[in-house]
Amino acid sequence: MDIFTLILTDYTIRNVVLGALVLGIVSGTLSAFAVLRKQSLLGDTMSHAALPGVVIAFIVTGARAPLPLLIGAMIAGLLGTLLMGVITSQTRIKQDSAQGVILSVFFGFGLALLSWVIRQPGAEHAGLNKFLFGQAAATVESDVITMAVIGGIALVVIGLFWKEFKLISFDAQYAKTLGMPIGRLDILITTLIVIAVVVGLQMVGVVLMSAMIVAPGVAARQWTQRLGVMVVLASLFGAAAGVTGALISSAALNVPTGPVIVLCITAIVMVSLLFAPERGIVWDAFRQARNRRTLLERLKHEPKPGGAPLPKGAYKP
Amino acid sequence: MTATHDPEIPILIEDLTVAYREEPVLWDVDLNVPPGALMAIVGPNGAGKSTLIKAALDLVDKAAGRVLIFGKPYIEQRQQVAYVPQRGSVDWDFPTNALDVVTMGRYGRIGWVKRPGKSDREIALHALQQVGMEAFAQRQISQLSGGQQQRVFLARALAQQAQIYIMDEPFQGVDATTERAIITVLKDLQADGRTVVVVHHDLETVPDYFDHVLLLNVKAIASGRVSDVFTPDNLRATYGGRVDALMIGKGA
Repeated sequence: MDIFTLILTDYTIRNVVLGALVLGIVSGTLSAFAVLRKQSLLGDTMSHAALPGVVIAFIVTGARAPLPLLIGAMIAGLLGTLLMGVITSQTRIKQDSAQGVILSVFFGFGLALLSWVIRQPGAEHAGLNKFLFGQAAATVESDVITMAVIGGIALVVIGLFWKEFKLISFDAQYAKTLGMPIGRLDILITTLIVIAVVVGLQMVGVVLMSAMIVAPGVAARQWTQRLGVMVVLASLFGAAAGVTGALISSAALNVPTGPVIVLCITAIVMVSLLFAPERGIVWDAFRQARNRRTLLERLKHEPKPGGAPLPKGAYKP
Repeated sequence: MTATHDPEIPILIEDLTVAYREEPVLWDVDLNVPPGALMAIVGPNGAGKSTLIKAALDLVDKAAGRVLIFGKPYIEQRQQVAYVPQRGSVDWDFPTNALDVVTMGRYGRIGWVKRPGKSDREIALHALQQVGMEAFAQRQISQLSGGQQQRVFLARALAQQAQIYIMDEPFQGVDATTERAIITVLKDLQADGRTVVVVHHDLETVPDYFDHVLLLNVKAIASGRVSDVFTPDNLRATYGGRVDALMIGKGA
């Protein structure tokens, strides 16, 4: 049976592909804004901060239903972001240190809770630790539906507030003089980034979900000079990495999904950094070499101002 | 309505005090910008020039005092005021072109959810023409020179079609072409009855470019017509001794 028939017919593979698709599109879209707003590491903090939320939601509900766990993750992620804002505004601690503090405190607390829960008797907590590195093969239909609904809402909000998000990403102070409520818009876009993180938690895990909030945007920025194209490209890159990684991970047993997806998106980033026209390293080296050649050529033929022509071989490349 | 709520006065600042930490950046500043004025704000580094306009635009918190735009608080009068920030305040490696940045000047009038329409694009294109940049409409903004970026910011403010224009150091590090283009636009705005306030750092050009001036050094030293207040005594009071070599020999 070829791969496309499998995707259409096999229940597990279909869920894995659809889930990875949703995860890639949502996190890719938000990553474009995170990168442009220089908040690349925000996703890192949020995804790690989400772990205690997942575990507490499990303790409270006593079940592994996707929605309560994701809501728990969302609350913990937002709480972490909020605390980070309090730290940077009320103390002299800078953003990077505040992120480090929140990330390690929340993640450490989450890990402690998780290992305590796992040592408890009973089978309900089986699979809870897949939130660390993700496990695509365990994705069921209700997970995919939950991811699609939450992610879909995030995408609609971005479409509605497109010009507001564009302006606060480029020039927030100016946006404020136009009367835009930049504080509330900032909270809104941060919430959307939390949603993107949460959507991917089950498949990619809290440890590596941060890569999906940075890498697609970084890769997409290399290929275009237009925001709309960048956002679409980022979501396509995210989706491609998500689907490829999830398929590899469910085909090869016992490989957690997070690392494989991250390796896929890393490959896309490498190609983009090297070969993208205008901004790629290879392109740049080629352009510099060509400029040097044309300049040397001109030097050979043009006389010095007010002087004799250069002797042959005076300038060697 | 008291006299200070005069709807004819474009910008009226009373008792404005701003402090970031213990030391005040602005102390008890009063300023009356009359209609149709083309006013320079000058003063040494750290005098609070940028802070003054940011406080007027509600971008920094005031410790005391108030700002009235045509007799009402700024928050009710945003549509009347267009701001041109310093060019260095944004990252120009943003994926967009010059026309798109200028179109952002329309965002305050478009309203939530809606997208800029054809008329907004036309207004933006016309604003680019006013600053001599129509040929660069589709140019990626990081590929513009510093002066061209400054003109894009000015065009964005023009697209707001406001009555008052407030600019932060528009001549900072720009080429001669840009300086001429900006000054032409400023004089055109003034001829059209608009009011313009510019943070400026080149004392020599003040009498040529502007008709009003505020001399600021934390406190407002003097403000009014350039011919009345741009005097050696006031300059010395603003800059300390350092101004002598700069200005006084030129008989400013």
